[in-house]
Amino acid sequence: MQKIIKSIIVFLFIFVLLVFYNSLNRETNYSTDYLVGNKLTNINLKSFDDNKIYTSEDIQKSRYTLINFWASWCAPCRIEHPYLMQLSKEKNLKILGVNFKDKKINASKFLNELGNPYYYMAKDTTGKQSVNFGIYGIPESILINNETIVLKKFVGPLNEQNLNDIKEIINSL
Amino acid sequence: MRFKILLIIFFLNLNINLYANELVEESKIHKNLRCLVCQGQSIADSNSDFALTLKMVVKDLIDQGKTEEEIYSFLSDKYGDWILYKPKINQGNLLLWGLPYLALIIGGVIIVFLIRKSSKKA
Repeated sequence: MQKIIKSIIVFLFIFVLLVFYNSLNRETNYSTDYLVGNKLTNINLKSFDDNKIYTSEDIQKSRYTLINFWASWCAPCRIEHPYLMQLSKEKNLKILGVNFKDKKINASKFLNELGNPYYYMAKDTTGKQSVNFGIYGIPESILINNETIVLKKFVGPLNEQNLNDIKEIINSL
Repeated sequence: MRFKILLIIFFLNLNINLYANELVEESKIHKNLRCLVCQGQSIADSNSDFALTLKMVVKDLIDQGKTEEEIYSFLSDKYGDWILYKPKINQGNLLLWGLPYLALIIGGVIIVFLIRKSSKKA
């Protein structure tokens, strides 16, 4: 019996060590990688300019869509804006800009100053719609195909590497 | 007359109870949802922008008649199980859920064995 107890204690000791070792090497930051491959459903976004509602059907018209969540009060949005301007020239891609918890006048001023890369312009004044996309801060961007399946998600401002990744995906076929 | 008064009191009480239940449910849900932009806080404890938005979404879902489980399911679809303080049992956390029970059973067996052994000696 003593042998069994000793074996159990040794086993538990090794197990605890393994758990600690595994935990130390694990990425503890919240990641949204699991969203890749998921289908976006119940897309229902109010147009920035009028009463039109953008749904999945609008998005399915384009081969690829980049949904970008932005606001005029968001400093990192200014950093990523030149990359969005570059992406707006891509033939296979349409950009849907979702203006997040912003004032229309400020948003318009922002776009007049830096250029408008958006094919579709939507607004989410309360932030509630963005929850449907798994957004928890801005800027965030989601690249989807015409079946509204998430191909890639970018948390934070887009950079040169992200730009190349997006170009590679949309020009892969 | 007395019956009418009793009836009014009954309905008023029923209304208050129903409202209280809804409040309890909402705050219970808030306590089980992690504020993703805060350090170790639930959305019940936080006044961050994200927590306030999530509270509004939870309220909307309750108003739509969604159950507590449906709300958790909706939000874990959007943000992963990380958003739940008490996630559902799945392959990834099966060991975590099962280990305390396993330890309890093994510990129990050892204690029983030791008691039997000591009683035999006596």
